[in-house]
Amino acid sequence: MIEPSSCVDARAGPISAPECPGALRPYYRHSLAVRAFHWINAASVLLLLMSGLQIFNTYPRLHLGYTAYHTTPSIFEIGGNRNPEHPESWMRIGNVRIDTTGLLGPVEETLVYGATNVAFPGWMTLPSGPMDLGGGRAWHMLMLWVFFINGAVFLVYGFVSGHFRRRYLPRLEQLRARAILLDVVFHLRLRRATGGRALDYNLLQRLAYSLIVFVVMPAIVLTGMTMSPSALAAFPWLQPLFHGRQTARTLHFLLAVSLVLFVVVHLVQVFVAGFANEIRAITTGYFVVRSDRRN
Amino acid sequence: MKPIISRRHLLIAGAATATGAAALKWKRLTEPDISQPLLDLGERLNMSAQRLALRDRPLAHEYRLDQLSIDHPSNGGFGARYVDPDPGYDRMAAERFRSWRLRIDGLVRRPIAASLEDLRRMPARTQITMHSCDEGWSAIGQWTGVPMAWLLERLELMPRARFVVFYCMDRITGQQVYGSLDLLDAFHPQTILAHGFNGQALPVRHGAPLRLRMELQIGYKQLKHIDRISVVDSLAAIGAGRGGLFEDNGYQWYAGL
Repeated sequence: MIEPSSCVDARAGPISAPECPGALRPYYRHSLAVRAFHWINAASVLLLLMSGLQIFNTYPRLHLGYTAYHTTPSIFEIGGNRNPEHPESWMRIGNVRIDTTGLLGPVEETLVYGATNVAFPGWMTLPSGPMDLGGGRAWHMLMLWVFFINGAVFLVYGFVSGHFRRRYLPRLEQLRARAILLDVVFHLRLRRATGGRALDYNLLQRLAYSLIVFVVMPAIVLTGMTMSPSALAAFPWLQPLFHGRQTARTLHFLLAVSLVLFVVVHLVQVFVAGFANEIRAITTGYFVVRSDRRN
Repeated sequence: MKPIISRRHLLIAGAATATGAAALKWKRLTEPDISQPLLDLGERLNMSAQRLALRDRPLAHEYRLDQLSIDHPSNGGFGARYVDPDPGYDRMAAERFRSWRLRIDGLVRRPIAASLEDLRRMPARTQITMHSCDEGWSAIGQWTGVPMAWLLERLELMPRARFVVFYCMDRITGQQVYGSLDLLDAFHPQTILAHGFNGQALPVRHGAPLRLRMELQIGYKQLKHIDRISVVDSLAAIGAGRGGLFEDNGYQWYAGL
C-alpha cells in the first residue's frame, strides 16, 4: 500500500491520524527509571529463584505452624527412593502423590545426606552443584539486597512520579462491566492491541502488576524475614502475623511459585504484543505502534 | 549515507556477545574465588542491617514448657553420618564426661580448665527457645547453661579481645569443627554454654557435654561438643581464616538470617 508522504513521520507524534491507517509510529513508552527498575528486578528475581531452589533442595518439604521437621506432618514434599541404580522420585501435595521420575529428583551422592534425591536439578539452581546450602544461602542473602533496594526505590518512584496513578490504578472507564468483559475476552483471544489501545495499560495488566508490586513482592520480603532468628527478635510480630515460621516458609515458597507463574503469563503477553517491539520498548524506551482506523 | 554497520547493530551485537559469554562462563563466574568478594559484601550488608535493627539487644522469644517439640531433631555432631567416629569421645560419654575438661584460653587474664561439675555449679540460665535450622525446619527446646557474659566477665578479657572461638571435639573428613562469635553476640543475655536439655543432662545427639546457644543466629552456629574456647583479636590465623569450619566451606560467618 502506498501512503501519502505526510504519513511517514520519524518523530514521535500523535497516533490518531485517520488519514494514515496502518502507519507505524514510534512512541516513547517506558521512562529510563522504569526500564532500570524492570531489568534490575528481573535479574535479581532470577538469581533469587535459582538460589532459593538450592536452599529448598536441602529440605524439600513444606509445613504449617511454628515448628516442624522431618517427622512431623507436611503439606508438600518432594522425595524419592535414593537408589542411584533405579531412581524414582515423587511429589506429594497433601495426600496426593505424583510420580516425577525423570523430571525431578535425580539421585546424587552428597557428603551430608549420602545418596539423596535432589528435588530440583542442578541447571536450575545457584550454585549449580547438588546440595550447596552455604553457597545457595550466600547468593540468596546477596541478591535480596539488590531486589529489596531496587524495589523500595521503585515504590517511592512509582508514587512520587505518578507512575502508579497513571499506569497501575485502573481507570474508571476500564471498570465498567462491559469494559471488563471485553478486556477478558481480548486476552483470551490472544489479540494484539493496536492504536490507542496499545499505548495504555489495560485492566488485567494493571491488576496483575498491582498484585505483584503491592502484595506478592512485599509479602515475599516479610515471609523471608520471618525465617530469620535476628529479624524475629527485632520484629516479634512477624511470626504471629504469618501464623508461625513454618507457615511463613510455605507462603514464601508459594509466593515464589506465583511469581514464576506471573513471569510465564507476562512472557506470553509480551509475545502476543510483539516480542521484538516490546523488548525494544523496555530496553530503549521506544516502540512502534500501528495506528488503526478507529483511533 | 547510512553506514553498513550502524551503531545500533554494534550495540546489539555487543550485548549479545556479552550475554553469551556470561552464559557460557556461568559456572566459572559463580565459583567462590571469583564470586566470594561479592558474596561477602552481601554478608556485610545483612550484618549491618541486622545489627542496626538489634541495637537494643532484644531477646529472642521464649516459649512455654507445653510448647517443647517432641523428638527435637539433631543435625551434625557425633552420630551424624558425615562426622568421623571417635572412640575417645565414646569412652568419655560412657563415663559421663568425668574426665572431660573445658579449657578457656587466649586473651583472658584468668584462663581456666573446668569440669562438667564445675560448670553445673556456675550460675545457670534456662531458656525455652526456637532452633531455626538453615535447612528450613524449626523446633523448640529447653536449654540450660552458663551465660557467656558471666563467664567472660569472670575470666577478665584483655583490651585486644574481639572474638570468641569455640573448638569442638567432632571432625568432618578429618577437619576439626570450630566456629566463632564476636563479643557483641557472645555477651548477648541468651548466649549460653548449654549442659542441659529439656531438664536433663545434654544428650550426645544434642552436643554433649557442652554446646553453644546463640539465639539470634541460625542453626549451624549452635556448635556442639565444645571442649576449648579461645578469646582472640583476629579470626584470620585460625583454620582458613573465615571464622569457622562451615564458613571456611562457603557458609556465612554472620548468620542472623
